[in-house]
Amino acid sequence: MTAMNNSPHVHLPISVRAIMLKVLVALLPGIAVYVWFFGAAILVQIALASAAALAGEAVMLKLRDKPVGLFLSDGSALVTAWLIALTFPPIAPWWLIVSATLFAIVVAKHLYGGLGQNPFNPAMVAFCVAIIAFPALMSQWPAVGFTDFAAQMRVIFQSQSAQDAVTMATPLDALRTQLHTPEARATVAGILGSHATFGNIGGKGWEWIAMAYLAGGLWLLQQRVITWHVPVAFLGVLALVATAFSLANPDSYAGPTFHVLTGGAMLGAFFIATDPVSGATTPRGKLIFAAGIALLTWIIRTFGAYPDGMAFGVLLMNMCVPLIDMGTQPPVFGRKDEKRDGNTP
Amino acid sequence: MIATLFAFKGGVKPSAHKEASTLAPILRAPLPPRLVVPLRQSAGGAPLPLVVAGQKLSKGERIGAPEGNFSSAIHAPTSGRVLAVEDRLLPHPSGLSALCVVIEPDGEERWIDRNPVNYAAATPDALRDYLRDAGIVGLGGATFPSHIKLKPGASGRIETLIINGAECEPWITCDDMLMRERATEVVRGIDILRHIVSAERVLVGIEDNKPQAVAAMRAATAQSPGVSVVPVPTRYPAGGEKQLIRVLTGIEIPYGRFGSDFGVQCFNVATAGSVHRAINLGEPLISRIVTLTGNVERPGNYEVLIGTPIADLLPLAAPKADTDRYLMGGPMMGFTLPGTDLPVTKASNCIIAASKALFPPLGTELPCIRCGACTRACPVELQPHELYWFSRAKNFGKAQEYGIFDCIECGCCAYVCPSNIRLVDYYRFAKSSMRTLEREKATANAARERFEFRTLRDEREKAEKTARLAAKTAAGRQAIAGAAKPSAAQATTTAPAQSSAEKPLAPLDEQKKALIAAAIARAQAQRAGVQPKNTENLTPEKQAEIREIEARRDKVRELAKTPPAEPV
Repeated sequence: MTAMNNSPHVHLPISVRAIMLKVLVALLPGIAVYVWFFGAAILVQIALASAAALAGEAVMLKLRDKPVGLFLSDGSALVTAWLIALTFPPIAPWWLIVSATLFAIVVAKHLYGGLGQNPFNPAMVAFCVAIIAFPALMSQWPAVGFTDFAAQMRVIFQSQSAQDAVTMATPLDALRTQLHTPEARATVAGILGSHATFGNIGGKGWEWIAMAYLAGGLWLLQQRVITWHVPVAFLGVLALVATAFSLANPDSYAGPTFHVLTGGAMLGAFFIATDPVSGATTPRGKLIFAAGIALLTWIIRTFGAYPDGMAFGVLLMNMCVPLIDMGTQPPVFGRKDEKRDGNTP
Repeated sequence: MIATLFAFKGGVKPSAHKEASTLAPILRAPLPPRLVVPLRQSAGGAPLPLVVAGQKLSKGERIGAPEGNFSSAIHAPTSGRVLAVEDRLLPHPSGLSALCVVIEPDGEERWIDRNPVNYAAATPDALRDYLRDAGIVGLGGATFPSHIKLKPGASGRIETLIINGAECEPWITCDDMLMRERATEVVRGIDILRHIVSAERVLVGIEDNKPQAVAAMRAATAQSPGVSVVPVPTRYPAGGEKQLIRVLTGIEIPYGRFGSDFGVQCFNVATAGSVHRAINLGEPLISRIVTLTGNVERPGNYEVLIGTPIADLLPLAAPKADTDRYLMGGPMMGFTLPGTDLPVTKASNCIIAASKALFPPLGTELPCIRCGACTRACPVELQPHELYWFSRAKNFGKAQEYGIFDCIECGCCAYVCPSNIRLVDYYRFAKSSMRTLEREKATANAARERFEFRTLRDEREKAEKTARLAAKTAAGRQAIAGAAKPSAAQATTTAPAQSSAEKPLAPLDEQKKALIAAAIARAQAQRAGVQPKNTENLTPEKQAEIREIEARRDKVRELAKTPPAEPV
């Protein structure tokens, strides 16, 4: 390459760091509501995950002989850390979130080549590793009203086994175990009406956190950090499947508002499935990718062994990304008639 | 007339910086002490020099003849004397040198006989040839010979003529100023272009950040039916030929095709102006308007003779002290000049003085995070990040499959990349590598063909030699047979014809014997010939010496025959 031929000579003042910072900022409303309903434990978890992520990132960069300061300040490790913290139970023991975060950064990110190279979403890798290895700990969610910070800290740092008084099954978990296990007799309406966990729509507290994530996500959309394809396709397909099944059998299947506003759906729609590195990149590819995640999420939520299917859905669809991208290359300017395959969104 | 506009996808909106250089009118740049006129200033073949050192020239005299039809003539920008016809460095991204005519102006500006053409009476072919000989090329920067673009393509005719006054690159204002000040000239040029292709309608596309140019062009075209001046949204690269055609007509022209194949063709406003000068005034293309701007005290536009050294122009704009380099063209697609002793060419629309403050160097390149900003910015609807991966991995086949040659190198992708990746440089690398590979393949093929031909020729020659030898032998045999024949022939004169076929078989042994005998005789004679003949007339002493040597040799031979008793 000749040194003189270096156009363009101007550049938009934009950086990876700025993008990552915007993602973090967009998470703040969700975190604020989280603290409001479930106490400050989530902040401790975020701090733990952030520290582990930055430490793991620094060590790996050093080992890989990369400029530590430059890459550490890109903010990508922090985004991973925050997403891990927000998907884990806020009263999970400290070592669980630290080791899961380290696994995400060291194995899922750096062993695959670092920033931009990881085929799997690191935060979702952390979640899946933790839920497979420690299913019990990953199912200990604080009961609504358990906001006593000192008590929360004892659970996190002294590994006190949480008592039933402070933990509670998440709405999703409750629905799945009570509806789709062989001995289940309940109906959706019955559970939603009786159970203390359930709020008006998606679970007490959770629905409001989901709304806050939605607000942050819409801001990301407005900031053009993400495009509409993934959130719309994900939430749309999730709602569609939920509607179809709940219409067919309202006693056994929860409706669309419940599915969209509970668990990791909203966080996943705007912050996880939109991860550019491990996601599809073409417009049509994004739609297929997100629709696939939604479908898998609903299936795992409804029939699977784990309370939430988002993480598995994301990882499974991550595997399909190269194929999706290859098959959905949009036609080039002036060549639209040549490549058209009648499959445009 | 309201035209429907068709947006093109992608594009970016860099800061325009156009205001500063539009405050002063277009000025004529002073005659420099030397002009360096490159002969190759357009796509196509390099014109052949028509002048030699020492020759006197008139202004507008042809100094370079178009080489073939895919080339354009070159003319003396002023009257004077040819100092040299030699290789000089060109202001081109390649950084290559090529043949230039160096002219020392005499200051008289003595024109050749200018003969305006009544275009209404001329045939399109004659006008196209005339434009080629007048050196008219696209002045938007690509310098594609205009006469070629004026030929009807596969569609048979050009219905829509697009006149490009978009000028989407930041900083550049030469077309803006031309339209503001010389709209009439442009419109008269448009009339000629329209006449040549007999276009039904003419659309003049101007970015809507140039209201004065739009107003001037509207006023100038008020009396021209079928001509509409259309303000187009300001979005780089709206002035790219194919993007502008898309915006104004909705037609998308793929890579490798001409607009004329789709019944549409596009010319720059300055090109139209130069067509007017060539046809209506008889003046070939010897000057152009150049924007001098950037880190300078007095930004502005100048009418500059082709061949004027850039160093002679710069004082007009007074570059500031912290200027560290100069760009030719705009900041999106222009290139850094390797020096200022290079001449202005027909492609030089703008010279920008750059400083670290105005054009801050790009930050460290980070890994691609596949954010898709480049895809959204690409006006050709490519997947720039995929092309980047393929180019980086030298997976050129894949890069080609994903349309790397459709890339117009507009720079939008690199402009928006949050990872500071010099995407266009990767594409240039991939493209030039692919072209080199193609060339190497072609060379290798040629070499293989040469080798195969040589092998074939060797074999043929060998076969011919064998045939010749065989013929010679046969002739020898016949000669011998012929010598033996007369008696045999006499004996068998009365024999039937069929026995004559058998007859030669009988004397074959004899013939063979004769041949062998002859061969032995030849061999003996040969041996006699090679045997040393200088032993006969030696002195007795010498003969004795030889005998002695021979005896010693015999003894050694004897010794060599008996193996040693025990290992030594």
